[in-house]
Amino acid sequence: MKEPVITSELVESHGLSPAEYEKIEQILGREPTITELGIFSVMWSEHCSYKNSKKMLRTFPTKGDCVIQGPGENAGVADIGEGWAICFKIESHNHPSAVEPYQGAATGIGGILRDIFTMGARPIALLDPLRFGNPEIPRNRYIATGVIAGIADYGNCVGVPTVAGDVYFADSYNGNPLINVMCVGLLRREDLTLACARTPGNFVVYYGNATGRDGIHGATFASEELSDASEERRPAVQVGDPFMGKKILEVTLELITERAVEAIQDMGAAGLTCSSCEMAGRGGSGIEIDLDKVPQRSENLSAYELMLSESQERMLAIVPPERLEDVKRILSKWDLPCCILGKVTDDGLMRVAHKGRMVAEIPAALISTQAPEYDPESKRPEYIDSLEQFDPKTFPMKEKSQDILLELLATPTIGSKRWVFEQYDHMVQLNTVVAPGASAAVLRIKDTEKHIALASDCNGLMVYLDPRTGGAMAVAEAARNVLCAGAKPLAITNCLNFGNPTKPDIYYQFEQAVLGIGDACRILNTPVTGGNVSFYNENRGQAVFPTPVIGMLGLIEKPGHITTVGFKDPGDVVILLGPHAATLAGSQYYYSLKKKIVGPCPPLNLEAEKRLQDFLLRAIQEGWIKSAQDVSDGGLGVALAECCILSRGLCGAEIALPEGLTPAIELFSEEPSRVVISCSPKHKNKILQEAEKEGVPATVLGRVQGNSLSMTGLFSIPVSQLKESYESFSL
Amino acid sequence: MKKVKFGVVIFPGSNCDMDCVHVLRDVLGQETLELWHKERNLQDCECIVLPGGFSYGDYLRTGAIARFSPIMEAVTAHVKTGKPVIGICNGFQILCEAGLLPGALIRNRSLRFICKPVHIKVETKNTPFTNFTKKVLTLPIAHGEGNYFIHAEGLKDLKDQDQIVFRYCDAGGKVTPESNPNGALDNIAGIVNKERNVLGMMPHPERCSERILGGIDGKHIFQSIIHTFTGQI
Repeated sequence: MKEPVITSELVESHGLSPAEYEKIEQILGREPTITELGIFSVMWSEHCSYKNSKKMLRTFPTKGDCVIQGPGENAGVADIGEGWAICFKIESHNHPSAVEPYQGAATGIGGILRDIFTMGARPIALLDPLRFGNPEIPRNRYIATGVIAGIADYGNCVGVPTVAGDVYFADSYNGNPLINVMCVGLLRREDLTLACARTPGNFVVYYGNATGRDGIHGATFASEELSDASEERRPAVQVGDPFMGKKILEVTLELITERAVEAIQDMGAAGLTCSSCEMAGRGGSGIEIDLDKVPQRSENLSAYELMLSESQERMLAIVPPERLEDVKRILSKWDLPCCILGKVTDDGLMRVAHKGRMVAEIPAALISTQAPEYDPESKRPEYIDSLEQFDPKTFPMKEKSQDILLELLATPTIGSKRWVFEQYDHMVQLNTVVAPGASAAVLRIKDTEKHIALASDCNGLMVYLDPRTGGAMAVAEAARNVLCAGAKPLAITNCLNFGNPTKPDIYYQFEQAVLGIGDACRILNTPVTGGNVSFYNENRGQAVFPTPVIGMLGLIEKPGHITTVGFKDPGDVVILLGPHAATLAGSQYYYSLKKKIVGPCPPLNLEAEKRLQDFLLRAIQEGWIKSAQDVSDGGLGVALAECCILSRGLCGAEIALPEGLTPAIELFSEEPSRVVISCSPKHKNKILQEAEKEGVPATVLGRVQGNSLSMTGLFSIPVSQLKESYESFSL
Repeated sequence: MKKVKFGVVIFPGSNCDMDCVHVLRDVLGQETLELWHKERNLQDCECIVLPGGFSYGDYLRTGAIARFSPIMEAVTAHVKTGKPVIGICNGFQILCEAGLLPGALIRNRSLRFICKPVHIKVETKNTPFTNFTKKVLTLPIAHGEGNYFIHAEGLKDLKDQDQIVFRYCDAGGKVTPESNPNGALDNIAGIVNKERNVLGMMPHPERCSERILGGIDGKHIFQSIIHTFTGQI
């Protein structure tokens, strides 16, 4: 085949700027071949190079006692003691899911699983933070049901339980859903495997599915805005094969526990290109591969296509020669061929041969270290200053709070997600102690007393109102959620979903949200162990709500500390920890029921948040608390309703709000740093005294009683009716 | 105390294999072997478990390829000697495909995967799997194709021979249409063969064998097997 001539049009169609192209020529000292141009274009795409986000990501706190592996590897790793560690990461599959919901989501699951098991960790849980457009629009329903089925079919088949996740519906996500997937793996510390090819002479071994033309330029596709033309990108979406996913999972873990490999990386975004040059780059070595050895499922694949294909379920391992027979034995047990593509070398070059010709010869490390880095212009968006402002004087509202509560419970965003999580196998592996539907999922760590709690959170609306506060709020909420399950928040991973970063107001949202996340992580002592940036989440020029999703890992030292949402026994005292509310800004009351965006963003006092969280953890560990629920979407009213609905036997409560408050604001405000707890009457005074000592506001709201949620002077609703509203929405 | 030797078969794509091993070995303290599907020797296991999962991805028809795994010949021979086999979820599907149990499992009525706890009524105690269970059990299901079907003649046979072991029911043990999660004919959740030594069931007893996971109704099924062999629990 004749090689195309490198023209400026060709360079541009690869998403490379003239300056970037010049840099490529500098690195090579010559004009690139077409294959090399392809390699640079994917490695320098936003998706792989983080060129517009790197500078801000460096501001994250990434160190901490529990951090074994921070950002830069396939996933982060946190220590949970007794030789065990948790490997976790979150990724986005937004663009593929927008054009092909089922496969887009399914391959998202496949990809994040591979990031975890290549580190030597067995995946033990999946979480899916999902943001869909308004469900009244048929296209959004098609996307939502397709995505959920895609997640279910892949996750269920590979046998990794989907235990949590949050689901929002908002017009802002019309046509550009956010499909974030988080995977959590468990490993012995000594099994930690890094994707680093250090030793010259080691073999480069390919196993898994054969390579086809699917997914070429998937990473580039993920780095541009969605438009009407995006439909044409359908071929850039790959097709998942969960059975192969399961086989390579088992094979990879077997290879690692038998110490048969030096390093492993999956061929995910940017395929063979990314895995080979990153492993060599990290290890300071070179790598030599012969593309004729790559198993191929289409005929006449060019070198360019072979290097850029994103066919799924393919792995690249670095194998010492003396372990090659062991690798072959393990692969053949699972009926997988072992294909040796080449060797690790000592000259630092990535050399690619195809049909007897050298088609690429690039200094491996430079592809990453010399990747462009930008500092985009940032400008405070005008909308922030022209938001409709909440005015308590225009209150009280006309509707009855009873009707508001029932309406809120029935909204797709607040209502029960049972219809979603019953499609996911959330029990396989026998670790799920607290199932989906709670504030956080709780999994046991077999053979120990320990449990982990997992939650994902982000209220994109709050981030829209004030990116810095909203970013911090996402961390604080995720931390409160694992705390409410009885866990100490340990560390986070994040998935930063934003619009086009070359637009100054979008970049402002990104920059401020990152700073806000950093603020909260420093004070709450939950370092960032890794994550993912997804830009260009725009549909027809309109960006989605800035949505930096936080995935939180919490540790529970003893089974007795596990705490759940539902009220437990009649007579128990219901207490609100945290301040009373002053605003309905940013609430679902306005957004979902009134279709209005009302600011300003409620303030978050991180010092007060930290005091609240420390006190809550101590109270749980002391055994004073019988249930705990974070106040978030829908406010205190919804939180109390959930405490009733999620109790065994549908316990009610008699609540009397303190005098002097505007009930509607207190009930439906979504101000942060508030938690509803219940306790036995004998612990009431202790909690109130100790809270006061710690400077944590605590208000007795009432007690668990009967089978209705009664709000003195306002309403009394049977819990069965609350539940009916709560479970009324499904797709 | 006398122990039973269990063998849990691992097909490529099985995903409840280690869950079954955990319950049998760690919770119930039985000798438990992991049997790779390519083996032809059951190593004197007394009871064989075909676990849940997606053998071979279940891309064709659930269980349709697994039945051709080399180990299935040995399992069939084991059945002929009268020793027990229990197939759970995908295991049940494989047993039907292998002809070791009658009928078939088709897609759920909702066409969706369903994972949730259900109630099942124990219809007969006259099996080695149910002589130690309560009347109504609460066990999770997790399947996309658990809708049991058999032709009218076959159903009559099942009834005449007391082969229907479990039926989906409500919390009080009443077999009602509302308590049928997947559309299974006659609410059938589990059956035995005529010889009563092969059980297939869609619910997962291994997921309900420890209190921390929500109950131990499933453990009683395994304990029944142990009781049958040893006379002890």
